[in-house]
Amino acid sequence: MSATAETVRQVEEATGKYKYGFVTDIEVDKAPKGLNEDTIRMISAKKEEPEWMLEWRLKAYQVWLKMDDPDWAMLHYPPIDYQDIHYYAAPKMAEQPKSLDEVDPELLRTYEKLGIPLHEQEMLAGVAVDAVFDSVSVATTFREKLAESGVIFCPISEAIRTHPELVKAYIGSVVPQGDNYFAALNSAVFTDGSFVYIPKGVRCPMELSTYFRINEQNTGQFERTLIIAEEGSYVSYLEGCTAPQRDENQLHAAVVELVTMDDAEIKYSTVQNWYPGDENGKGGIYNFVTKRGACRGARSKISWTQVETGSAITWKYPSCILQGDGSVGEFYSVAVTNNAQQADTGTKMIHIGANTTSTIISKGISAGRSNNTYRGLVKMMPGAENARNFTQCDSLLVGDQCGAHTVPYITSRNPSAKVEHEATTSRISEDQLFYCLQRGMATEEAVSLIVNGFCKEVMKELPMEFAVEAQKLIGISLEGSVG
Amino acid sequence: MPLLEIKNLHASIGDKPILKGINLTINPSEIHAIMGPNGSGKSTLSYVLAGRDGYEVTDGDICLDGQSVLEMEADERARAGLFLAFQYPVELPGVGGMSFLRGAVNARRIEARLDEIDQIAFVKTVREAAAKLGIKDDMLKRAVNVGFSGGEKKRYEILQMALLEPRMAILDETDSGLDVDALRIVSEGVNALKTDDIGVLVITHYQRLLDYIIPDHVHILADGKIVKSGDKTLALEVEKTGYGGFIDAA
Repeated sequence: MSATAETVRQVEEATGKYKYGFVTDIEVDKAPKGLNEDTIRMISAKKEEPEWMLEWRLKAYQVWLKMDDPDWAMLHYPPIDYQDIHYYAAPKMAEQPKSLDEVDPELLRTYEKLGIPLHEQEMLAGVAVDAVFDSVSVATTFREKLAESGVIFCPISEAIRTHPELVKAYIGSVVPQGDNYFAALNSAVFTDGSFVYIPKGVRCPMELSTYFRINEQNTGQFERTLIIAEEGSYVSYLEGCTAPQRDENQLHAAVVELVTMDDAEIKYSTVQNWYPGDENGKGGIYNFVTKRGACRGARSKISWTQVETGSAITWKYPSCILQGDGSVGEFYSVAVTNNAQQADTGTKMIHIGANTTSTIISKGISAGRSNNTYRGLVKMMPGAENARNFTQCDSLLVGDQCGAHTVPYITSRNPSAKVEHEATTSRISEDQLFYCLQRGMATEEAVSLIVNGFCKEVMKELPMEFAVEAQKLIGISLEGSVG
Repeated sequence: MPLLEIKNLHASIGDKPILKGINLTINPSEIHAIMGPNGSGKSTLSYVLAGRDGYEVTDGDICLDGQSVLEMEADERARAGLFLAFQYPVELPGVGGMSFLRGAVNARRIEARLDEIDQIAFVKTVREAAAKLGIKDDMLKRAVNVGFSGGEKKRYEILQMALLEPRMAILDETDSGLDVDALRIVSEGVNALKTDDIGVLVITHYQRLLDYIIPDHVHILADGKIVKSGDKTLALEVEKTGYGGFIDAA
């Protein structure tokens, strides 16, 4: 078979390879389409929120109304009709289930199909999961066990009711309501997400994880996550996401805020696998996410690791504000785009304190007709005495119709600060491919091997059980990309 | 039955004919050497046999164990037992040696409907085979061919040959870039792998490799054709007189 015919065959085969594309048939309680103050009041009422939270949302809405959709990213998509979206959808439940036995079995089956069994005895040992389905958290596991060490891990909607002082003190303190268009939108209509609080000196005894699932049609998911690590504490948090295969685009606009005090560390890992659309670019999730961490305390550390393989559009810049002296920010990223996917992703490292250091390792892989952009900012403020940054951006092109772009911004206002930037662009060479084929590996296996080698520095940052999953995912995402 | 039969093989790169009617039969347990000057088509022959994209067979046939391989992709030929030791082994940044070797061995095993190889047993097998070739453990932990010296790369090729146990091994300029010691180790490695079942085709510019891997037959390739065949003394003749006389004969 000729190489071209082989590619065509593989691309055809790859269609429908998204194995999380199924829909859960379940009765839902959903807000009418459209966004106005009533929608916000309804969400707030559904969540039984205190008055201050509603006020906070309404203020965000007012700010949002005056803002414009950002147009600086290298992304092309038709205008989003914000009145054509449901802002709230929840599986019908009599009331919030108190234990897993009360959760609709259909939902439990959904998570099982996704490989995330929620029954604690069946779960991955040592990982606690918060499962968010459309606009609500349906289950959070291992809560009692975590509470023994003082760790709070619960849906944010619950935290607003049960720990209002903590939420009030921190929400919007890292990503203010008016930070950007999508953050403002999220602040107005966020529905659920996870809340994590690690008390002073506690090393969280297990990995925490949230699994986001969009199920309903024409529904946006607007989750909000807040993680606070008190002095000397440590937590590793993982996030996974999938959505059904649908012809229309769906909006996902999340906000994640992290705060670390003196000597605290948060390790935040994401495996993003939202439905990417079909091979012609029909359907798929629009993923507009604001993730930011504040290293408030001295010697504190925030490390972002992301593996981005899904979504039709990804707009995402997990960032660190390095306030505390000697604080450390890290960003490790693998972004894979295939077919008609578009990704504009990177990070911002804002060095404020003295002796702060940041490391950025970004690996972009473009295949098909996709476009993959790294956009990053490294900013050394006047107080960033002896601060350092090292950035490495590598792009790998698969085929000859895709694009890789690197847009680094560097600002230094302190003469003692050091910033290093390295960038490379390469292709999977014919030589590499032939070498692997000659050893008996099939083309797809060879591509997966070479690409995973290219990403190795980032993959090794992922927790073990997720690294294996992520490696497979990268292989699947690139199926049919080489002939 | 012959192991490898090359019949009237014509091949081109783009519109340019490189191989112009090669005939060669290799039986099990035989070592054949193809010698020729630069540009005679030696490397093209190895790539065409291995099924590399971009090399078009315009006439003739290649049979392995009596089956034509022309319709087979490079990976299928490899799994059928054809092995090519590369003149310039390729670097695979970030790809760990062990996972690469395991991937290659498992590809063969899956084809043969065997279970994937036991991970722990495999590490032991690799270490033993590596030790025989003077390959240090440290090298096995590095990314494939990355930062290897010329000699290390060639040893690594022979290690892969040892692990994959091919039916038909083609060694493309395996001697290039090797000093005398490395040449001896690599040659001993090849000789140790030689059994009654395997066929070996050594492609080389110089005679010196053939002091270590003794061929049963030597063929001179010039301008895409075999212009003379003989026994090992032919290689010595080339060493003495150069290729000039043979090219004129073509």
